[in-house]
Amino acid sequence: MAKVRGTGFAAVNYPTGMHLGGDPTQSLIHMTPAGDFVVTMASVDLGQGLRTVLAQIAAETLGVPYESIVVETADTDTGPHCTGTFASRTTHRAGNAVVMAAQEARKAMLEVAGELLEASPEDLETDGDGNIHIKGVAEKSVSVGEVAGAAHFGYGKTIAGRGAYLKPPSPMDPETGECDPDSTQAHACTVVEVEVDTETGMVEVIDMKSVYEVGQQVNPDLVKGQIVGGSWMGIGHALYETTAPGYPAIDPAPVDFQNYLQPGAAEMPDVTCEVLEYPAESGPYGGKGVGEMVTNGPIPAIVNAINNALDVRITQIPVTPEVVLRALDEKKAQAGA
Amino acid sequence: MEDKLIRLAVNGRDEAVVIQPLATLQDVLRDKLELNAVKSGCGQGGCGSCSVLVDGELQLSCLTLAERVGDAEVTTLEGLNETNAIVPLQQAFIENYAAQCGYCTAGMVMAAKALLDRNPAPSRDEIVEGLSGNLCRCTGFAPIVRAVQQAAQALSDTGEEAS
Amino acid sequence: MSMKELGVVGRNVGQRDLESHARGQTTYYEDVHYPRMLHLKMHRSAEPHARIVSVDTSAAEASPGVVCVLTHEDLPGKKVWNGLAAVGVGPEDEPILAFDKVRWRGEPIVAVLGESAEAARAGAAKVEVDYDPLPGVFDVEEAISGSLPALTAHWPNNHYIYPDDHGAAQIRFGDVEQGFAEADHIVEDSYQTSPIEQAPMETNGCIAKPGGDGRITVHTNTQAVHFARDNTAAILGIAPGKLRFLGGTVGGGFGGKVDVAVEPISVLAAMRTGRPVKFKYTREEEMQVSSTRSAWRLNIKDGVMDDGRIVARKITSYQDSGAYLRFSSYGSMKHAGHMPGPYTIPNVWVDARVVFTNRPPSSAMRGFGVMAASFAIELQMDKVAKTIGMDPWQLRLLNAYRNGDMRAHRKVNEDAAMVETIQAAAQLAGHELPAEYQAMTSWDRKAS
Repeated sequence: MAKVRGTGFAAVNYPTGMHLGGDPTQSLIHMTPAGDFVVTMASVDLGQGLRTVLAQIAAETLGVPYESIVVETADTDTGPHCTGTFASRTTHRAGNAVVMAAQEARKAMLEVAGELLEASPEDLETDGDGNIHIKGVAEKSVSVGEVAGAAHFGYGKTIAGRGAYLKPPSPMDPETGECDPDSTQAHACTVVEVEVDTETGMVEVIDMKSVYEVGQQVNPDLVKGQIVGGSWMGIGHALYETTAPGYPAIDPAPVDFQNYLQPGAAEMPDVTCEVLEYPAESGPYGGKGVGEMVTNGPIPAIVNAINNALDVRITQIPVTPEVVLRALDEKKAQAGA
Repeated sequence: MEDKLIRLAVNGRDEAVVIQPLATLQDVLRDKLELNAVKSGCGQGGCGSCSVLVDGELQLSCLTLAERVGDAEVTTLEGLNETNAIVPLQQAFIENYAAQCGYCTAGMVMAAKALLDRNPAPSRDEIVEGLSGNLCRCTGFAPIVRAVQQAAQALSDTGEEAS
Repeated sequence: MSMKELGVVGRNVGQRDLESHARGQTTYYEDVHYPRMLHLKMHRSAEPHARIVSVDTSAAEASPGVVCVLTHEDLPGKKVWNGLAAVGVGPEDEPILAFDKVRWRGEPIVAVLGESAEAARAGAAKVEVDYDPLPGVFDVEEAISGSLPALTAHWPNNHYIYPDDHGAAQIRFGDVEQGFAEADHIVEDSYQTSPIEQAPMETNGCIAKPGGDGRITVHTNTQAVHFARDNTAAILGIAPGKLRFLGGTVGGGFGGKVDVAVEPISVLAAMRTGRPVKFKYTREEEMQVSSTRSAWRLNIKDGVMDDGRIVARKITSYQDSGAYLRFSSYGSMKHAGHMPGPYTIPNVWVDARVVFTNRPPSSAMRGFGVMAASFAIELQMDKVAKTIGMDPWQLRLLNAYRNGDMRAHRKVNEDAAMVETIQAAAQLAGHELPAEYQAMTSWDRKAS
């Protein structure tokens, strides 16, 4: 029989934030005279949707419409410090900094609204649609735009906030490794079915199902985008990708996409995913982070599935056709011995 | 070999540009005409990020000599939005999250347009084949394939062209 | 944070950049066009390990369209650096531009500035370097065996030295030898990952633009603008306030745009010439010059009881750092701290080594240090299950860490939901679990 199928799975955890902490991100928020808000960051959007996620978090904390939030990024002249976009840290670190800045800006906004409504700021609430009213008295209301106008042109006040999130650095004991490495842990479990052609050594991933637990999702569609993209990248890592096919030899050395192989749309199976939410105490609204972990489950799940299909023991990646055929030869040799 | 003046028909306009010998169409579109949607992901013909249409055919502008284009009509992604209105294919990319970093998107849209222009009702396999010269590192392709399927459906519902 | 009812957090509001992506109107670093812009190309080492006998740039300088060349002698500040030196990790071991020796094929030696990319490339090809080749070091275990020479004076045994003279990032938790002695089974294996390219669709690059006021604006696709700015200033010995680093949307990162690889030399060139300078990696440079994901080798030994409890796990791992340190010492600490994966094991011993070889320096990629750990551990878990004849789902659920457990790095576990995640995946995959395994929770060992 030339084609055999197997299943495999893997369970993984992933730490949020730079290992050992000490990786701050800051945020500044100010209100414009028209009543919208500018969130200024030095964080960098790599395409994962940072600007969207931070706008959602700012809107949530300020209690104003999402559409009224502008997020400016990646400018060292205007943006307060951000350690950088890596280590699954941006939703958590930048998100927390935005929460803090938004809390301060909200307080200033409610103080001005209190003066307009002749009420104590503690007695006010936002409706999320651009209005501030006295708790339980919806008709005693001002719009956020009116508050902005009054702050700028009536009272000469800024409505602004500063946020700085830092997980204090934790040293790692050089002898025992004792440390406080991360803010929280996200989880995933990926199940894969493969079909292996025992004559050519080619592996096809025919089904992939994953469950992720990433705390409170800020934007589920964007979380899913990371999971699906990472599933594909995991297939690439497991079966194709290497800059050194003769590792540890340095040759051959691919220099183009004809020789650095990646899966294409044709190699992408149906990917099913479910997301569980166990909010993290330290996260912004309980968010953890999902950007990096998404290849980590698929890779071992695929290799486990190949080993399951062939009853062999492959322990390296990428599992190229050559690796598969060599494993089958070894199995045959052992059976014959 | 000296610089040379050539004329190109790009997005419905007649353009005169001074080019260096052996300049690629990509060089001219990006650097001379500042049509930034034309990306340069590899310069080797391996990624598709520089894809444009030349007389309706999908071409890698990084492998196309500008001089050889002659009076053929060149269309970049910018050419789809001459009236600012977004086309159904682009709308389908947006609704299906068929981009993350966006760097491959212009080439993907052009490859999809070339496909839908010649085959308005492609099968999934035909879509996969039609996009096979275009790489994406972020999305895992699935949302892109879905976007093209949706665009094809929208076109068949309305009887419109892809753009 | 208390979990009040949420408004817009948790909602699908789209992705803000999608329309500009679909229209091709998103601005990336190279979508600014400046007149009189120069292009920078690098002459790189053709040898993986060699003494540099001489460098002759005269033909390059005379090449048509070449404006100037820069060697290590032109560097006004640091000659060698490390990106984490400012936070106390070091030593600074990597030349900005190579002098006396090259330690990997592709190491930068001479920067050539041309009126066009083609002129710069042609000029760079005319730099002549005379090498005295040295034996190469490529295999991580061979590199530290003592049989090969040290690549640099920093690392006499070709591996990184952690504080208190430790040759590895360590975890010492419980007594692993005692655990093996008590175990019913010993399960061992070795695992190997490969160097992998981040392969963002947009390669590393920047444009340094003098403003005429003594400041330089750097349009860059770095993943960390302040980090890149401050390191560039430190390398060149100039005031950070002279630099403005400006990003936009980055055309994919995946960890491949953190190395501050293009900005310092571009800023130096812009300072020299007073003209905008563009330095964009070719796809070939992106694949063979820019940092890859590190290759890792792991040797794992588990002590396991008949009932499936893993009572001891010993891991020795080798991160192939290539010729220089970059962020590898951080990666191995994260790797060690991640062990033994999402499982509670009472005796854990880890030695995570950073090894230097004559390969392109490696660095971060999506899941730095953790991807290789997860790969090896999850293959090992299947081997353990097979060895003792246990359902691999049950093996993982039995050993999965719970809230309140002490992790190997001695932090009490919180926010754990591994058990629930595995249970949900089993259900999704149609794998039936016995009632006692369905009843497990991440809180079932925590008092309260």
